[in-house]
Amino acid sequence: MSNIVQILVDAISLGSLYALVALAIGLVFGVMKLINFAQGDYITIGAFALVVPSAGVAPALFIGAWPVVFMVAGVLTVVTILALLTERIAFRPLRNSNPATLLISSFAVSYFLQHLVILVHSGRPKSVGIGNSLSAAVEIMGIRVPGNQILTMVVTAVMLVSLVVFLKKTSMGIQMRAAAENFQMARLMGVKANRVIAVAFVISGLMAGTVSMLLVVQTGTLDVRMGLMPVIFAFFATVIGGMGSLPGAALGGFIVGFISVMLQAFLPPELRPFRDALVFLLVILILLVRPQGLIVNSAAKERV
Amino acid sequence: MMPGRSMTPAERLTKYWFPIVALILPLLAVVIVAEIFGSVGLQRTVTEALIRIVVVVGIYIFVGNSGIISFGSVTFMAVAAYATGWQTCCAMLKPITMPGLPEFLRDTTYSVFPAALTSVALAALVAFVTGLVLMRMGGLAASISTLALLFIINALYSNWQSVTMGTASMVGLPRYVTAWIALGAAILAILVAWVYQKSSFGLVIRATRADEVAAQACGVSLYWPRLLAFTISGGVMGLGGVLTAHFLGTISINFFFLKLTFIALAMLVVGGMGSLAGAVTGVVVVSIIIDVFRRMEAGMSIGETTLALPAGTQELVLAALMLVILIFRKDGIMGGKELEWPRLRAIKPRLESSFAKEGQK
Repeated sequence: MSNIVQILVDAISLGSLYALVALAIGLVFGVMKLINFAQGDYITIGAFALVVPSAGVAPALFIGAWPVVFMVAGVLTVVTILALLTERIAFRPLRNSNPATLLISSFAVSYFLQHLVILVHSGRPKSVGIGNSLSAAVEIMGIRVPGNQILTMVVTAVMLVSLVVFLKKTSMGIQMRAAAENFQMARLMGVKANRVIAVAFVISGLMAGTVSMLLVVQTGTLDVRMGLMPVIFAFFATVIGGMGSLPGAALGGFIVGFISVMLQAFLPPELRPFRDALVFLLVILILLVRPQGLIVNSAAKERV
Repeated sequence: MMPGRSMTPAERLTKYWFPIVALILPLLAVVIVAEIFGSVGLQRTVTEALIRIVVVVGIYIFVGNSGIISFGSVTFMAVAAYATGWQTCCAMLKPITMPGLPEFLRDTTYSVFPAALTSVALAALVAFVTGLVLMRMGGLAASISTLALLFIINALYSNWQSVTMGTASMVGLPRYVTAWIALGAAILAILVAWVYQKSSFGLVIRATRADEVAAQACGVSLYWPRLLAFTISGGVMGLGGVLTAHFLGTISINFFFLKLTFIALAMLVVGGMGSLAGAVTGVVVVSIIIDVFRRMEAGMSIGETTLALPAGTQELVLAALMLVILIFRKDGIMGGKELEWPRLRAIKPRLESSFAKEGQK
């Protein structure tokens, strides 16, 4: 029994992490049809901002040494500024290009940022001891759950709820949904393009910063490629959920997280190394049945 | 010469073949010069660039003609490289390092030419089978799914210890690829790409690139032309994989992953993904840039001081160059045009002019 609960907890916490990344990608895709590869590098750079640049494997803490509130604020600020910078420098001049060009450009931005991190911090994985105390197991109703998983679930739940409230209740959120539905029409109705897109990038930056801190607390390591796999999974999540649909992105994130954890738990041991391959295979199979994704958004299909 | 006059057969031939002859002759000249005057290092650089032409032309056959970005094409290089590795590598070590191979591969060593042919065929077959699934999706979903393909094959080969040695390198492949062989392969790849894109199949897929809806309205299927392009592209990528394997003499699965995908796409973007001339030009320009920065990272002595750029500058410059091209010259250096013989430019068959316009868009 406790085993099944543990698997469920794993699935929910991994799924909610993917959902966060997928939502960030989905938001930006909604307003400018850009699938942002660089989302993974926002996560990586957020994590690396915690330490002083050096070639060593156990670097001194930088933002990571600040009191918790300042540390969180510091990482979020760094990543948000980074997200806005990439928007301003790389993506804004390309705003009217077709989605394929935008996709390639974000691939280039991602490559640039990744090698910038290697240049500054060297390519070696590093270990950091932040939030070690959080990994101690907490007992809830007779079931032991690692503290960092509870943290992940609580934080992502808070983020998801506040995003929903923002999108449904605030003027900016409504403008953003309108822009995601039909960008041209929204502009004609007085939605400011630059502002909506900037806000989308700010939110994607905040989410990337959150994910990077959660990852650091969970693993205790920094790696140049730490943002890659979450973003790849999140890509598939947004495609499964239906490109351009935000509920779809969140749903897709949970589905990918669940599949991943279930395969890990129930595959015979000799097949476990092939877990990721199987997850991606299932993604393609889902797309075969529903090429438009689970929740079809009107924006996904080009108008004639 | 008056526009509108019909062409003589000789002019027709010149018009058809000039664009690729104009690509091939300079390559030939470079190889001759490198073989006669160049150092071994230069010859290797030239060979490497020629192999990259095969690879980038391979990607171009699908991406350039269909307009769908593929992140998965280097997968087919890996498939072919491993296939030729299994057939030609290290007769003594094979049964020990790769005990999971079927008997006909484990206990026999094949000669390199049939091995290359079967490996290319296997790559094309894998492209066809995966394409059956992937090409059902359009546009971005297809791009993301090709990325899934890249990760699937990478995860598969990285963990299939008994057959692929996991992430370890397979060493001891015969190294037979010289500049001449690479040139031959590059010419072959260019020929395949050209004949395909000029054929009726090529016109049909270019129509789907220009306007999916209009093409469908004319009775053009989106599925079969893309599948054909994906398969041909897979075969040419396979050729690139075989050459890479027998040029380096060693293969590992992580060589055929995101970095190679990025460099190949960067070359295609810089040259311009709308034309074959763009694909080849991109390889040449980017290879020169990479080589220059590789040298500068190694250190240059000016007078008494040695100046060296920090390692990794090369990648930053390449990524920045790609962005600059995308922002300021979206269709790349060649702008989506083929090289045309100047005197014949005035005579345009009606069908083609619409594509030239589409390329400039």
